[in-house]
Amino acid sequence: MSIVKFSTILSTAVPLPIENVDTDQIIPARFLKATTREGFGENLFRDWRYDKSGQPKADFVLNSSTYSGSILVGGKNFGSGSSREHAAWAIHDFGFKVVVSSFFADIFKGNALNNGLLPVQVSEKFLARIFQSIEDDSATLIKVDLEKQEISLKASGASEHFDINPYKKKCLINGYDDIDYLLSIKEKIAQFEVSRA
Amino acid sequence: MAGKTLFDKIWDAHVVNEIKEGPSVLYIDKHLIHEVTSPQAFAGIDQRGISVFRPQHTVATPDHNVPTVDQHLPIKEELSRFQVNKLTENCEKHGITLYGLNHPYHGIVHVIGPELGITQPGMTMVCGDSHTSTHGAFGSVAFGIGTSEVEMVLATQCILQPKPRKMRINVEGELSKGVTAKDVILYIISKISTSGGTGYFIEYAGSAIRGLSMEGRMTVCNMSIESGARGGLIAPDETTFQYIKGREFAPTGSAFDRAVEKWKKLKSDDEAVFDKELHYDAADIEPMITYGTNPGMGTKISSNIPTVEDIEPGNRESYKKSLSYMDFEAGTPIAGRKVDYVFVGSCTNGRIEDLREVADFVKGRRKADHITAWIVPGSKQVEKQAHEEGITGILEEAGFKLRQPGCSACLAMNDDKIPEGKLAVATSNRNFEGRQGPGARTMLASPLSAAAAAVAGIVTDPRSIL
Ligand code: SF4
Repeated sequence: MSIVKFSTILSTAVPLPIENVDTDQIIPARFLKATTREGFGENLFRDWRYDKSGQPKADFVLNSSTYSGSILVGGKNFGSGSSREHAAWAIHDFGFKVVVSSFFADIFKGNALNNGLLPVQVSEKFLARIFQSIEDDSATLIKVDLEKQEISLKASGASEHFDINPYKKKCLINGYDDIDYLLSIKEKIAQFEVSRA
Repeated sequence: MAGKTLFDKIWDAHVVNEIKEGPSVLYIDKHLIHEVTSPQAFAGIDQRGISVFRPQHTVATPDHNVPTVDQHLPIKEELSRFQVNKLTENCEKHGITLYGLNHPYHGIVHVIGPELGITQPGMTMVCGDSHTSTHGAFGSVAFGIGTSEVEMVLATQCILQPKPRKMRINVEGELSKGVTAKDVILYIISKISTSGGTGYFIEYAGSAIRGLSMEGRMTVCNMSIESGARGGLIAPDETTFQYIKGREFAPTGSAFDRAVEKWKKLKSDDEAVFDKELHYDAADIEPMITYGTNPGMGTKISSNIPTVEDIEPGNRESYKKSLSYMDFEAGTPIAGRKVDYVFVGSCTNGRIEDLREVADFVKGRRKADHITAWIVPGSKQVEKQAHEEGITGILEEAGFKLRQPGCSACLAMNDDKIPEGKLAVATSNRNFEGRQGPGARTMLASPLSAAAAAVAGIVTDPRSIL
């Protein structure tokens, strides 16, 4: 799958100040039955978002008209649990382009990057600051500049640098695809096989 | 020259190419696939108009979403049937070996790999499932991947992967009676938390680890991912070689001897340096159980649930949220709570040794009347062996319900769900909110502790009735 080029994002954000948000919360297993990548957004955070009869729970942030935007801000250790890429698909499919947290689970991070969803890891202090400024003003704008590797709060001007693997950064900015790269070195892979035999 | 860790040795031998400032191109020896995380990857291959590069290195089985009753009949649930059929179709189209429902080799991917001798020391192995770490028990580098990476392996037998850091966890001493591999890993995760292993690949070492059977080692490596680690591995030894010998796809005759010679070299050098090293004393480990909604929230069955004050201030909110989901009160004893369901199964504890352990314990006893007890063998072979050894009869007599192989109530994708609000003692690996069904409350424990809960009807330290 080729990914859409990632550019600078300026958006309001949706706060989810919960720690250890695991992949079973992001997309419960019973919704993993599709054989395509689309449509998982519908069941994103299903059991937090809807009650048993399928009615939206008013107090869950994705159901609130106060918060919207393409940036999801989560608590520490976001995305732990399963390797299901459906978690990244669901978040992306819902319309998020960036997930911010002070700590990400490994596989989730990789899956996100492979799907044009940017995981931005910030310090705990800065994360608290983001939550605070969203609480102060739900319309506050957050800017994520991948080129500069910087996340900033429009209102206060506070900003922080974030890390990303230079290769992955290049892929995201240019919309490159890992599989195209791997296919381009197939000869080399075949040689490797011979050399080990 | 600085020594190399076991992980380095295997990893480095599989690097096809290094990308400057980027990930390594890692060659994959064995690729396992199942019905849930592969269809989108096959669709990707088809869209590109390419074929699977090395179909002989991939093995498929449907496990996550299969029914565990009436497997000889067509699958009733439409979406599940569709996924399983899709897997069959994709395997036929691309020439991939498939052990479908009713095949004698069918089962949970992480159970069949080892029991068929597909999993061997020194290999790189991946699967679109985080518990691929199980195979590390054989001294292989095995880890879970996402579907985009499944597509990479199908297309090129390689994935792009940054090299993780290395951690060694040493458990020295002898485990006391009633303390099993599951308790060891629940203990470790309770110490390092669900993020303590993030960024690392763990090597488990020490006399307590070496003393474990292969099944026990698989249980430990299986749950590495619950600490956030990419995977875990254990240096192969005589126990490993004996386990592999004679299995379906293991080398035979002189080829086996040659392989063993090679496998014997698979260990960390004495001077190897780990990025992090931890030490635990086996004598400190007791039967463990989880009380919260992540696998790091575990404690000795003999102890109390931590008080709110025991928890770091920053984590108290989520701690309270977790206990309120479980309907438990902080500071109260964990034992004695009424249990509704007991689930013995999954890739963590659904192997023959686990079933044997449960059968030994319940022999001549009966489950408590109010308990629903499910035993789900990890594979067809486990099921068959359990019949042959008379285990099935013992379990049925004790009031356990035997189901057919699959992931079952581990992730409750099929009908095997714990009803809302009910409390389950499960031998699986995740106790997340709703993992075993919406509103289900899960406590993770060893097969022995699960058996004890079934018999007593309450959370019980198995040592009290051994
Ligand atoms: S048994 Fe559970 S953890 Fe293991 S592969 Fe199946 S769903 Fe995953």
